[in-house]
Amino acid sequence: MTPDEFAERFNRLRSWEDRYRYLIQLGRKLEPYPEEFRDQEHLVPGCLSQVWLVTTEGSDPSEMVFRGDSDAHIVKGLVAILLMLYSGKTAEEIISTDLQGFFEGLDLGQHLSVNRRNGFYSMTLKIREHAAQAMTAS
Amino acid sequence: MPITSPRLDRTALRAQFPALAQEVGGHPLVYLDNAATSQKPQYVLDALTAYYEHDNANVHRGIHELSRRATVAFEGARVKLAKFIGAADSAELVWTRGTTEAINLVASSWGMDTLGEGDEILLSSLEHHSNIVPWQLVARRTGARIRYIEMDEQGRLILDDLPELLTDRTRMVAVSHISNALGTVNPIREITEQAKKVGALVLVDGAQAVPHRRVDVQELGCDFYAFSGHKMCGPTGSGGLWGRRSLLESMPPYQGGGEMIRTVGREESTWAEIPHKFEAGTPNIAGAIALGAAADFLDEVGFDRIAEHERELLSYALERLDDLGGIRVYGPTDLDERSGVISFTMGDAHPHDISTILDSRGIAIRAGHHCAQLVMQHFGISATARASFYLYNSTDDVDRLIEGLASVKEIFGPA
Repeated sequence: MTPDEFAERFNRLRSWEDRYRYLIQLGRKLEPYPEEFRDQEHLVPGCLSQVWLVTTEGSDPSEMVFRGDSDAHIVKGLVAILLMLYSGKTAEEIISTDLQGFFEGLDLGQHLSVNRRNGFYSMTLKIREHAAQAMTAS
Repeated sequence: MPITSPRLDRTALRAQFPALAQEVGGHPLVYLDNAATSQKPQYVLDALTAYYEHDNANVHRGIHELSRRATVAFEGARVKLAKFIGAADSAELVWTRGTTEAINLVASSWGMDTLGEGDEILLSSLEHHSNIVPWQLVARRTGARIRYIEMDEQGRLILDDLPELLTDRTRMVAVSHISNALGTVNPIREITEQAKKVGALVLVDGAQAVPHRRVDVQELGCDFYAFSGHKMCGPTGSGGLWGRRSLLESMPPYQGGGEMIRTVGREESTWAEIPHKFEAGTPNIAGAIALGAAADFLDEVGFDRIAEHERELLSYALERLDDLGGIRVYGPTDLDERSGVISFTMGDAHPHDISTILDSRGIAIRAGHHCAQLVMQHFGISATARASFYLYNSTDDVDRLIEGLASVKEIFGPA
């Protein structure tokens, strides 16, 4: 599923209950997070819930592949969206992705706003940070 | 605006809190995050505005009418709050930004002056971080050691351990009156009695107690008592530290500045009398005055009535949660041992999920570790969802909470 396909499906759902249910399903379908990276180093701290993130090698070395997880299901669904947007992209593509624009196009309302207290927001920063590092390194 | 006989009519009482009369996401707001902060009645908001509109001036300084009025109101509020917590002498009440600053004041002033290598500070694993971290900071600098009273499986302190934990090196016992994370009411009198036997001082974190029940610092037998204004219908940034006169007099100042000095020389200065010695700089004058109004408001409603009401809500909510099923409630099962705080988890749904779904229905609760990570570790969890009640909540609010939780259950499906 592409991010645009996701946005279309999500925005078609009328009630919040259905949207949350959809996000939770999305999270449940996420590829299992590699347990060896479930540690302090890969923990993205948040006040409410925890998010783990690891960067792995893609088949194409110019691509950055991310794996992520959260102990909260709705956040895990949001992690799935982020991976949809960023994983398998080059550092240049990641930096130039208009995340805010994408989320503005989603009818997330106030409930799922990118709150800087949750691990989700920190995760977007982490991904961009990794991409920026990859760009300086190359 | 006068307080309109709130004890007669709960709807009238609720109507005095403007923030409660709003919709969130198309639903009437249900505010169940009172352990974090309470809403403010119009009576308190009016006191804040009236001060700025009519009496705004710096206190204890000017010889002009406004300064006189501000000083009278500011010191009048101190007398009011001192009486509110059962202090014998209003000079024993120091205004602070809240509980956190009050504890930091004692840890820093008394702790740095008194503690040495090998001295012991006894805390409990039930504490809010604000009654742990200030002591860790002072322990690191003085070489003092921190020990903990542990809790049982219901989140009650194990007092049987006290004789072993209290030694001739114990200098301070710092415990909460009521736990913010579980609602456990701690037997402070028993703790102070035992602490006295080894000559230790006792500081009580009263942030969750003063808003909900009649507190009498003398009856408790403690040496310091810290509380916050914002959880008891007062403004943010207001609160106080009560301490025994002899202790406060013997302690060095906490911060330096105006207001707290008697004389200032090039090398040395002398300090003002208590409580002013601990109140450097222009204080939160409006906050203190409005906190006085909050105390009047709570007195008018009456603590007997507040406590009874909260207990009814707690009992009703626990019953309905039990009927709903699939919910684990933490904390004491005996209602006499807990206050109107319900900390819970719900199967597969993370507390963050629960609060997100409730928020979309206009219901405000708290999710997280509640600044009490030691409590979470005790129960082997990372977070709980917490609903906490106050005088303006109703059984309708509880019903809305239960409907919301039923929706969470439905969204998550069978585990």
